[in-house]
Amino acid sequence: MATQTEIRDPGTPQAAAAQDVMIHAEGVIKTFGEGAGKITALDNVTVDIRKNEFFTLLGPSGCGKTTLLRLIAGFELPDRGQILLDGQEIGHLPPYKRPVNTVFQSYALFPHMSVARNIGFGLEMQGRPKAEIKTATEEMLALVQMEHLANRQTDQLSGGQQQRVALARALAPRPKVLLLDEPLSALDLKLRKEMQIELKRLQGETGITFVFVTHDQEEALTMSDRIAVMQAGCILQVGTPKEIYNNPARRFVADFIGDINILEGELQQDGGAVLLPGGASIGALLPEGAARSGKVSIAIRPENMGLTAPDAADASLTGEVTNIVYFGAGHNVHVALDGGGEVLVRRAQTDAQVGAKVGLAVPDAVQVLVD
Amino acid sequence: MTDVTPQTATDARLAEARRQTMGAARRRRWQLLSPALLIIGLFGLFPLTITLVYSFLSPGSYGGVRWEFSTDAYVQFLFDRDIFDDTLSFSATYLNIFARSIGLALGATIGSLIIGFPTAYFIASKPANQRNLWLFLITLPFWVNLLIRTYAILLIIRDEGIINLSLIWTGLIDQPIGILYTDTAIFIGLIYSYLPFMVLPLYASLEKLDFRLVEAAYDLYASRLQVLRHVIVPMAKPGIVAGCILVFIPALGAYITPDLLGGGKQLMIGNLIALQFGGSRNWPFGAAAALILMVVVMVSLTVYVRYSGKEGNGRG
Repeated sequence: MATQTEIRDPGTPQAAAAQDVMIHAEGVIKTFGEGAGKITALDNVTVDIRKNEFFTLLGPSGCGKTTLLRLIAGFELPDRGQILLDGQEIGHLPPYKRPVNTVFQSYALFPHMSVARNIGFGLEMQGRPKAEIKTATEEMLALVQMEHLANRQTDQLSGGQQQRVALARALAPRPKVLLLDEPLSALDLKLRKEMQIELKRLQGETGITFVFVTHDQEEALTMSDRIAVMQAGCILQVGTPKEIYNNPARRFVADFIGDINILEGELQQDGGAVLLPGGASIGALLPEGAARSGKVSIAIRPENMGLTAPDAADASLTGEVTNIVYFGAGHNVHVALDGGGEVLVRRAQTDAQVGAKVGLAVPDAVQVLVD
Repeated sequence: MTDVTPQTATDARLAEARRQTMGAARRRRWQLLSPALLIIGLFGLFPLTITLVYSFLSPGSYGGVRWEFSTDAYVQFLFDRDIFDDTLSFSATYLNIFARSIGLALGATIGSLIIGFPTAYFIASKPANQRNLWLFLITLPFWVNLLIRTYAILLIIRDEGIINLSLIWTGLIDQPIGILYTDTAIFIGLIYSYLPFMVLPLYASLEKLDFRLVEAAYDLYASRLQVLRHVIVPMAKPGIVAGCILVFIPALGAYITPDLLGGGKQLMIGNLIALQFGGSRNWPFGAAAALILMVVVMVSLTVYVRYSGKEGNGRG
């Protein structure tokens, strides 16, 4: 394949990073069912997950993120493509031969075993000496602050405690990669926030690569080093939380993460600028492979828009305030544009009045979206 | 405080009313239970009492009993009485029959566990809408009388039966292997008869098994055999205990299977007891043998359930 030789080429930036890659998935296809009921869960997915990073697969339910996780764990086998772990092909290995552990959404703790035995289970199955299992179990119990509950049965634990045991159990054998399948979804909000910080701490302390699956964009932005946004079996964009938030390349990515205003415009100057409906022209940030002319969608975050007088010099657009909603940390100002459509402006303080004519200030350069 | 007194008065009245209602409820409960209690008493406890009484009487010459107290039936179980000088000498004849029966019943229990466990696991891992069909197929043999089914087994394993004929036809043997009228024949017959009693409770607990736990164990480096040993079997323990009890008890007291497939030569306890009420005309000894069997079963079950309960922690 052409792309493969490109990646292996020592001159390209991808190749420079090749030693740092923990998981490399190449052209992975996975379908379920047959005939008319056939579902393509993963459609030619290629992705690199680096060593020692907190990598998040983010997307709505049914986008294939859990399937990708199960392929890495070995619960499913790919129809096509290969998965390399630390440079070695693992696509054909059963789960118990992969140095990869999973934290399950349901925790899946063994109800007939104590907390300590649950945590030591992986090492026990690997046939490690008893003394080593004991030391590692104690170490893990301390890591998740559960020392006092070592001899409890797992059904006597709260949800948050079960979560910690599940984490300790998966970390105890020191896997190369820890897979986390929406592990926080069963916890209440306060506990979830605590665990988000806790998970990030654990990842830092253990130095293990974490692959985290979630549909919660806020969770993804909070914890990840890098995020892959998925939809309908494809990875749409991979980047740091800041890149994903500030420069979404695809309309779906922009829409899925946070609030965003999407406006129509037309490219000018070979894609260097975009003409807004109001007649103002501003800089354009084009995603890779986008057309350099024609009508396009642009995305502006509500907090990156400013309110000014309608006749001010920096008023690129004009409109009328239709609603102002106070939400604690600030105000959401809804503005109906003169050219049609509505935008949302987020301001910490505002003296705007409903019904007033306002001008809208936009950033010097705006992100152009690909559908 | 002024409002304490009326409140305690209300409390007292409430308590009184509650006591009356509960008394009425209790009386009503006994009334509703009485038909069931009557049936259990009449058809459960009363025959048992007769058996107990008869085992301490003397045998009548033409069957039945003479109303003379005697412990001969229990003595006869362990000793031979010399016809001439009435001295007792130890005899293991009946103990051997007991031991053989327990051995065969245990063998049949283990055999049906080995066959039944994969069967139940297979059914439990099928999609929910197909499981009922498989369960129906498992229970299908019950639609035919046990006697007829045992005759069918007899036809299969006899010297001219399908097993021997096909083995001879393929040239593996040139003389039929005599299975019929041996312990092996009884063993096969017992497993065949009681296998569904093993499969059904095993299925019931395997069906509740959370297969995500199996995945979790695979993920934690457990091989297939280790998953079976450390996760599936412990979780299926209640089903294993129930299945073993349900197979062991009827197998121990089996009558038709050893009678037909053992040819009446290889006695099991069931045949021994039947013989006492028939040909041997020794009702007290038959009654005593039945009671001894009952005590043996009760003691071994208590030990078994205690032991397995402790192991499995009563969870799952």
